[in-house]
Amino acid sequence: MNLEGKKVTLHDMSLRDGMHPQRHQLTAAQMVEVATALDAAGVPLIEVTHGDGLGGASVNYGFPAASDEEYLRAVVPKMNNAKISALLIPGIGTVDHLRMAHDCGVHTIRVATHCTEADVSEQHIVLGAKMEMDTVGFLMMAHMISPDALLEQAQLMQGYGANCLYITDSAGYMLPDDVTSRVGRLREKLDPDVEVGFHGHHNLHMGIANSLAAIEAGADRVDGSVAGMGAGAGNTPLEAFVAVLHRMGVETGIDMWKLMDVAEDIVYPMMTHKVRADRDSLTLGYAGVYSSFLLHAKRAADKYGLKSTDILVELGRLKTVGGQEDMIEDVALDMKKAGAAE
Amino acid sequence: MTTKVKAAIIGSGNIGTDLLYKALRSDVIEPVWMVGIDPESEGLKRAKEFGLKTTYEGVKGLEPHIEADKVQIAWDATSAYVHQSNNDLVAKYGVRMIDLTPAAIGPFCVPPVNLREMVGRSEQNVNMVTCGGQATIPMVASVSRVQPVEYGEIIATVSSKSAGPGTRRNIDEFTRTTARGVEVVGGAKRGKAIIIINPAEPPLIMRDTIHCLTVDTPKQEEIIESARQMVEEVQKYVPGYTLKNGPVFDGNRVSFFMEVEGLGDFLPKYAGNLDIMTAAGLRTAELIAEEIQRAEAA
Repeated sequence: MNLEGKKVTLHDMSLRDGMHPQRHQLTAAQMVEVATALDAAGVPLIEVTHGDGLGGASVNYGFPAASDEEYLRAVVPKMNNAKISALLIPGIGTVDHLRMAHDCGVHTIRVATHCTEADVSEQHIVLGAKMEMDTVGFLMMAHMISPDALLEQAQLMQGYGANCLYITDSAGYMLPDDVTSRVGRLREKLDPDVEVGFHGHHNLHMGIANSLAAIEAGADRVDGSVAGMGAGAGNTPLEAFVAVLHRMGVETGIDMWKLMDVAEDIVYPMMTHKVRADRDSLTLGYAGVYSSFLLHAKRAADKYGLKSTDILVELGRLKTVGGQEDMIEDVALDMKKAGAAE
Repeated sequence: MTTKVKAAIIGSGNIGTDLLYKALRSDVIEPVWMVGIDPESEGLKRAKEFGLKTTYEGVKGLEPHIEADKVQIAWDATSAYVHQSNNDLVAKYGVRMIDLTPAAIGPFCVPPVNLREMVGRSEQNVNMVTCGGQATIPMVASVSRVQPVEYGEIIATVSSKSAGPGTRRNIDEFTRTTARGVEVVGGAKRGKAIIIINPAEPPLIMRDTIHCLTVDTPKQEEIIESARQMVEEVQKYVPGYTLKNGPVFDGNRVSFFMEVEGLGDFLPKYAGNLDIMTAAGLRTAELIAEEIQRAEAA
């Protein structure tokens, strides 16, 4: 693979996707510490919100240590060069949250939908574009449909005004060929001035391989997470990915040595749950299940005396999508009933 | 023998048509007009086959006939954007309106919780909140009538096929209106609503999860009994309303896991989210009709 001379914008997820393994308990001070260190290492874009995006604070997903607004007001003013992004999942967050984020100085809004449901994002993407934000459409669980079907959804978001479209491997299920065909299809058919991005999960340890495939297929932006702190087995570990990219001659604008220190000295010690490809994360990747379900399934398994891998496989069989965390306790109760009946 | 109260259905789409099927079975209401905006509308054709008068010129097309045909009740199954003007027009003739759109210009009505109160106040316009609201607010109320609820949260999951373009284009309206209904009718001090659209095939039956955080320790026995009664009340008009799991008690959290299967009149059974709206809309209209009959008899 020859990527010599390519440029890519790397986007750090530790303070948003990383909120899942931290059970949304990162404090505003911790967010400021990590974000300023990432900024100093040259990371250009950093996502900050509840793990389930703006408005995610809930019984269903978990109540965070601070509100989205508190996090954003703490972090944004401390940035020298890095820009801050926020995630918004329609159905959970609303345009009111979007206006709040804009008011806090958020630069990039990423509007996320299940990969087949792009038309629920119209009002949010239209508003983001109208406020002249960097407006990104984020198609989750993209392994579930074909490249052509994804293109159709991406074109809807492009039509609403998104200037960048993401293939999001929420389950960490994809293999490099899956990424190549999906990113490639978008790159080929979307407007040339619209960027394409890839968001991976490391559940099958394919985060780096998949991200390289994405760049080769034309991705302009790639997500990763310092120390890999993200849902499931985490996101593409950013410091390792930067090392690989620099070996291959890809420009990132990031100081790899500083980034390694952020991972080792700041983020690893913060982790309350050790993010790794344990059997549950592997199950997510293997069965194609939304990565954020991980800790919820572990908790339900403990509470009802079940195996978490069994719960996750059942959630995959039921074709659950992102956001259906409420199904986990329901499925566990069903399994417990079925077990008692046997 | 009292005569049935005449009613008009505004909106000839899926909701309007399903409502028509249900209204044709009513003992107190007779649907006489179906109002659409598209001459090619399948819903209008079907209504005509059932013997209704139809117009494709919107409420303007209905206006000259309201008094002559004694239309006293109307349902609006169009969209939030046109509801206000639809309502203004029929209100001039004293028509009582049941609003199935999320416009919410009138007070919220969730039949097993506050229908009698609404009818008692003779409101000209009542709003049916949202499908998620109809499916979940009764359960929030089943807890709040036992003890104070600090926070109520509902998660409604519907199949892709049952989420129409109106809902999709204005999904924020759903979350906002439902959350407000959880507070105002459900009795939670603070409400939150989440909606998930799932494209699985075959389409999944509507699912709803309700979490209540009570101020004090949940009174388990009383809540279990209150919830059982509430489910029975809803089942009177939506037989497929089922408490699948729960209530789960975990500290101050009380959780219910519901499934809502529709009657399958016009809409498929999985679309319990749409069925519960049309069924609630009809139930509301029937109580209003009985009140009109009583007033006329007096």
